[in-house]
Parts: sequence; C-alpha cells; structure tokens
Amino acid sequence: MSWAAPDSFHTTSLADNLDKKLLVILRDGRKLVGTLRSFDQFANLVLEKAVERIIVGDLYCDLPLGLYIIRGENVVLVGELDQTKKDLPAHMVLVSAAEIKRAQKAEKDATELKGTMRKRMEFLDLD
Amino acid sequence: MLFFSYFKELVGKEVTVELKNDLAITGVLHSVDQYLNIKLENIKVVDEIKYPHMMSVKNCFIRGSVVRYVQLPVDGVDVEILHDATRREARGN
Repeated sequence: MSWAAPDSFHTTSLADNLDKKLLVILRDGRKLVGTLRSFDQFANLVLEKAVERIIVGDLYCDLPLGLYIIRGENVVLVGELDQTKKDLPAHMVLVSAAEIKRAQKAEKDATELKGTMRKRMEFLDLD
Repeated sequence: MLFFSYFKELVGKEVTVELKNDLAITGVLHSVDQYLNIKLENIKVVDEIKYPHMMSVKNCFIRGSVVRYVQLPVDGVDVEILHDATRREARGN
C-alpha cells in the first residue's frame, strides 16, 4: 500500500508520525492528544492513550479517553508535538476535570448571555 | 490535477494556509498530495495568543478538505504558465 510507504521523498503520508505523540484538532474544535497507531488515505486515525485537552482561558485539563478511532472527515489538523518542549505556555495552569467543566460552563453561559443581550438590543439598530 | 501539480512546484516555499475554522498557519510547504492535503514545516500560527495548544507544534498535516485559502509568496505564481496550463487542461491533454 503506497500511501503507507515510509517517507523517502516528500509525501503527505502520516507514516512518519506513527508511534509519535500527536495533537489532533477536530472540526468541532476539540483537541485530542495521543499516540498515532494507524491511519489511512481518508485520514481516519487510531489514537492510543488518547486524551481530550480542554483549554478555558489559562486553565487546562487532559481528560483520559482511551483508544480512539477518529473518522477522517472530522480531522482538521494533525500536529507533531515537540517532545523537547512543554506542550503549553508556562503560565497555563493544570486543573481537575471538575474544575475545567465548571470553567467551560461559565464560559458557555457568558457567551449565551452576550448573545441574548445582543438580541434584545437589536431593535436599537446599533453599529 | 492542475492544482496538485501547481502546489508541487511550491514545495519548499513559505505559504500561509487559512483553514475553515479561521486558524491561519504560516510554514514551509513540505508536501502536498492529490487531495490537496498539505504538510507544513516550521509552522507559526498567525494568532498565537488565541491558540496556545499549537505552541509546541513545529510540523503539521492539514486535511485538504478544511482549507479555505492558501496565501502564496509573491513570486509564487507565474500567471502565464498557469494560464497556458489551464487552457491545455480544458482542451483535455
């Protein structure tokens, strides 16, 4: 299978990324981190020890998911994580799952509130 | 196949890829395939503050289907050649 051939010349094959720790960005904005174990021409991916990395402001949390098969159409980007560097900027704080869920909810509520306020003010015909 | 061939000529040049989720990434074009999937090296996210999770990503694979624009280097397009190639392709050879 040529698409899985190792990268002798420049190809877009993900073969060089096999067994590496990767960051996968999905179409819904979720970010998964895990070890790439398999892939195909549609960018269907198998991630081992996958975690979902949730970031809210300066807080972050890695929720363990396990072994994941990602359907290719949902994949936006596959990034190699530089193992010599920290994944995230130093000022970011690791918090518990409960805490990140709370922060996520607070952020969602704030956005919704902004939305309803804007709707209510629409009659003023701002801009 | 025209744009595939065209992108192959751009390998090694610096391009900015803007995705449908508004993420814009500048990097050296490493490779491209028939789906216009793109691999970039030495990337820099245009709005770094907004995407802290991209900080430690140096090389990445972008699925062709999520690309909105590719911004090319100024000397990236030889309009004459592209023009000719388009006509040739339209004629079917």
